[in-house]
Order: sequence, then structure tokens, then C-alpha cells
Amino acid sequence: MSVALDLDVALFEGLCRLGDSTLVLGHRVSEWCGHAPVLEEDIALANVALDLIGQTQMWLGLAGEVEGKGRDADALAFRRDVWDFRNLLLVERPNGDFGQTLMRQFLFDAWHQPMLKALEGSGDPRIAAIAAKAGREVAYHLERSADLVIRLGDGTAESHTRMQSALDRLWPYTGEMMMADDTDRALAEAGIMPAPDSIRPQWEALVTEVLSEATLKTPDQGFMHKGGKQGTHSEHLGHMLATMQWLQRAYPDATW
Amino acid sequence: MSSEWPLWEIFIRGQHGLNHRHVGSLHAPDAEMAVKHARDVYTRRNEGVSIWVVPSNAITASSPSEKGPLFEPSNAKVYRHPTFFDIPDEVGKM
Amino acid sequence: MYAQMVKSEASNDDPALLAAFQARIDAGEKIEPKEWMPEGYRKTLIRQIGQHAHSEIVGQLPEGNWITRAPTLERKAILLAKVQDEAGHGLYLYCAAETLGVSRDELTEALLSGKMKYSSIFNYPTLTWADMGAVGWLVDGAAIMNQVPLQRTSFGPYARAMVRICKEESFHQRQGYDIMMKMARGTPEQKAMAQDALNRFWYPSLMMFGPSDKDSVHSAQSMAWKIKMNTNDELRQKFVDQTVPQAEYLGLTIPDPAVKWNEEKGGYDFSEPDWTEFFEVIKGNGPCNAERIEARQKAWEDGAWFRDGLMAHAAKQRTAQVAAE
Repeated sequence: MSVALDLDVALFEGLCRLGDSTLVLGHRVSEWCGHAPVLEEDIALANVALDLIGQTQMWLGLAGEVEGKGRDADALAFRRDVWDFRNLLLVERPNGDFGQTLMRQFLFDAWHQPMLKALEGSGDPRIAAIAAKAGREVAYHLERSADLVIRLGDGTAESHTRMQSALDRLWPYTGEMMMADDTDRALAEAGIMPAPDSIRPQWEALVTEVLSEATLKTPDQGFMHKGGKQGTHSEHLGHMLATMQWLQRAYPDATW
Repeated sequence: MSSEWPLWEIFIRGQHGLNHRHVGSLHAPDAEMAVKHARDVYTRRNEGVSIWVVPSNAITASSPSEKGPLFEPSNAKVYRHPTFFDIPDEVGKM
Repeated sequence: MYAQMVKSEASNDDPALLAAFQARIDAGEKIEPKEWMPEGYRKTLIRQIGQHAHSEIVGQLPEGNWITRAPTLERKAILLAKVQDEAGHGLYLYCAAETLGVSRDELTEALLSGKMKYSSIFNYPTLTWADMGAVGWLVDGAAIMNQVPLQRTSFGPYARAMVRICKEESFHQRQGYDIMMKMARGTPEQKAMAQDALNRFWYPSLMMFGPSDKDSVHSAQSMAWKIKMNTNDELRQKFVDQTVPQAEYLGLTIPDPAVKWNEEKGGYDFSEPDWTEFFEVIKGNGPCNAERIEARQKAWEDGAWFRDGLMAHAAKQRTAQVAAE
């Protein structure tokens, strides 16, 4: 069906894709709090998680506004079920060891940063404003995660092996970031969000450069998972939501 | 056997053009990471600051006591500040 | 308190030096790391600051237990920021201890092997969201009682760490009370949760100050050195006097029928906590001792490859730099 999508519906979808991805990744990163390998890293990770939660409030807040049904960011975060979530599959991958957490962060940041840069030029000023604020935060996330991937890839034999194995595991979840569907195309045509494919050159250049400096081998397999952006998730997301949404669901009449 | 990350002394210049001040220490594998850690630990990424890091063992100290440096105000998210929470007057000081 | 029952160390130093040192402390001077200090002062401080730091680090866990279940995005961010602060406080304190000639790794290993203790309070579980309120209100409230005077402690690095910590702690107690207010004024279930949290945390909070030490020689020595500023009983009384009206405002009941205003002493009467329970918790028999230490051991052991990997990279870079010069 190639009927033009209602632009507001597409916009709501697009905003949920951004906000759900930051929500889910922020949640994952926050799981480390109190358990990281060294105090300095515990503190740094909490900063990343805090930024992502803050961005979630902005993206989902705007999504609720666009939808116009009286749902705020909390209602969207805590009262939707798995099939309504639009986050990338990459960010719902479990933390694994610290190497997997860092590699997931890097692969995401390398997309997130140019994505926000492009969103700063959005025809919708509300989106441009959020992207500008988030972009400053994410530039630092990327600097940090890229640096750590390089250091650990080119560290000890063990850290190298762990980072290579993290990369191999996560690689098939990276393609989804650059895959377009009707929603993406409608938003790109309207000048509201960049076409996902337009991010690819920057993502690839950055990832290639960092992996090579990290002495890591880019996996040559081409298969890519997809579905997160359309609401078809892995089993992991349901467990995360069961934890995250439990209080709101168990005591629906309460305010917190 | 693991060896511990070296200790660094952290000096920060705030936004108002004052001199760098000693704010504390931390551990990091090298200078570059010490700067990153300092940003996360001691400035919570407050823009417009300049950070100096010095290996603790490179500091030569005079022996008599000197007054310790004061601490920079931590300029962080709004909810880090106590005034973010409205505590009714009846409850008293908190 | 965060540092409970710290034994002071005797000093076998030259009496003239000891007297001069005590005179400096009595004059309100700060002792700095490079200056002469009695061996007992140094060892006692390492024990006290180390225990204080460990408490901050283990103290991340009971609240960290609720970060992934916080009921709103804002509550999640606030709680995460608070637990992050605790990591920061631990870091400042470890650094203060390190100026006395002990490394953070040594202190960490002493914690993990059980040689060093942390505050008894963190061995109690956090069972409902109201516990996030109770921990902030009561546990941080009790900690502040002790930490505010410690800003004037005689050892410079410790005092400076406390200044920074106190500045950050104030938001902690207020966020806890804020949660309690929401709960106490919420649905009947929320109110019940708030009361339940107060019931469970009341006596453990009183225990934080430690058993009465008015006759303890350790305490007398530490007070002379100004590394302990008040007796345990003084602080406990102050805490009760502050907290009872706050509970009344919330419409919650302190789980002690003996709590009554005593005009004569100008403070509340209250029951002593069960000190047998306290000593059992200290010995390792609290509800969560095993989990707390296991969590810290796991973080430490699982993180070894990460810490080593970064050290190895830094060493390679240095070598490459030297070669290039």
C-alpha cells in the first residue's frame, strides 16, 4: 500500500523510535549502577544513563503531544506493552559482560551522534531543539565509548578477545538503524527526519576507523536482524518492561 | 596479577575565569582518561570548564601546613540541588 | 553511623611530639598528610575513613535495587543520580584515605575479605518503593547528623571530602522525604507501604549511631583527636528529636510506643534498639550481608580484565611514544 501516511501518525512513530531507544538503552546502562568494574566507570556510566533518560523525557513528551490523546512521557514509557515499543533491537540486547555493554554503546553512539546532527536540521523546530540539546550529550558518549573500544580492543589478549566477541555478537543488530520503512520515508520526504540510509556513510566511516584502531575485525556477515522499529522484539524486552513497568501496572491508581 | 590504576590530582577552572583549583583525586590508566574521569566525577560534565590532571606522584609538596583548597560548587542536574524538593515549612530544616 | 565502632589505635610515639600534636588539634589546626602524626592517629583514620568509604559503596546496592523499577522517568533519574553520588562519595573518601599511605585496592580487598566493615544499615533489604523514601529520609538523615560535624574534623583531606559530601547529601534526604510525602498522601496501599517502611527502618536507623560509647576509651581518644565529634548517644538523641515531628507531619507512627516528649531533658524519650540484632548484623548475620559482599566481589572480579586491559593499552601507548621520540 503506498497511500501517503498521515504525517502525524508517522511523526508519532518516529518520535517513539527515538524515545524508546533512549529509554531502553538508558535502562540497560542503569542496570550497571553499583556493579561496574571500577568506581570512576560506575559514575561515568550513570551520567550516560541519566542523559538517555532525560532525552527519553523529551522525545516521548513530544510524542505524547503530537499524538494528542493526553498521554505524557511516563504514560508512554510505563503503560505500553512490548508490541507498542519502537526501539532498535540493538539497545535491548542484554548487558552481557562489560565489553558487550561498551560495544553496544559504541555501535549505537556512532549512529546516534550523526542522527542527532541531522535532526538538528529538522523542519520541525521542536525536534531540532531536542536534537541540539541531546547532540551535545551524545557527542561525549561517542567520544567515551569509541575511546574505550579502542583501548580494550588494543589492550590485553583477554580484553581483545572479549571485544571481538562482543562485536561479532552485536553486529547483526546494527543494520536496523539504517533500514527504512514507509514511516521513515514519509518523515524524510516531509523534511522532518533524515532518511535512515543517509546516516550510513558517517556510521560506516566512524566504525571502520575505530575498529581498525582497536585492532578488531569487522564481521563480514551480511545478515541483519530487523523488526524492533515496527514493534517485533526479542524476548528480552518483555522482561525488561516487566521490571520497569511493574509499579505503575500493579498500582494503576497511584501517583508517585 | 592486576596493578592498580595510578592516582591523579584534579584541578578545575570554573566558568568565571578563576584559577584552576584542586578539587580532589581519582584513578585512571593514563592522563587522557584521567581528564575524562575528572569530567564525569568532578564536573558532571558542566560545559565551559578546563581540567588539569597531574599524576599524584609528580606533586612536590612543601612541608608546613597550608590551608586546603575549597571545593567548586557542583553544578549538576537541577534535582541534585536540595531546593528542587519542596519541603513544607512545618517539617523544619532538612 | 557509616563508620561504626571504630577502634582507636594506641600510639607509642615520643610524648613531646604527641603533646605538640595534640596542641595543634586543640588549636583547631588541620593536620595535612605530609605532616607528622601519631601512628595511632593515622591507623585509626585509615580504619574510619575506609569504613566510611565502604559504606558508601555497599550503600549503592539497597537503593540500586530499585533503579530499574522506579515508577516514573523523573524518579528513575533522581534515584540514579543519588546512587551515583554515593559512588562519588566513596571515591572522595577512598582518596582521602589514600593520602595516609594505603591504596584503594588494599582497602577494597580488605572489604571483600571481610577484614574491614561497612555500616550495618546496608544489610537490610529494600522491599517496596517506600523504602527509597525511608532510606533517604532516615538513613541519609542519620548520616548527615554525623557528617555535618565531621566537616570540622582535624584531618584536612577527610574534612574537605566531608564538605563536598555534605553539600550533595542534603538533596538525598529531601528526595527521600519527598517520596515519603507522596506515599503518605497517596492511596491506602501507598500509605501502608510508607508505614511499613518506617517500621522496618526505624530501629536499624537508630543502630547506625552504634551502641552507647560514653564510657569507651576508643571514643575518648578519637574525640580528643577530633576525628569523632560527638558521642553516639548525642547524635542518636538529635536524630530522634529531628525525626519524630517529621513522622508526625507525614501522619506516620514511629514504631515505638515509648516515644514521648520529655520536657525536662528537652528531647524525646525512646526505646533502645535490639543490640543483639546489631551485633549479629555486624558479624555477618544480617538479612543481606551475603548478597551485598557477593555483589561487590562479582563487580571486582568480573571487572579485572577491564581494568587490566586499560592499563595494558596505556603502557603500550607510552612505549610507542618513547619509541617515536
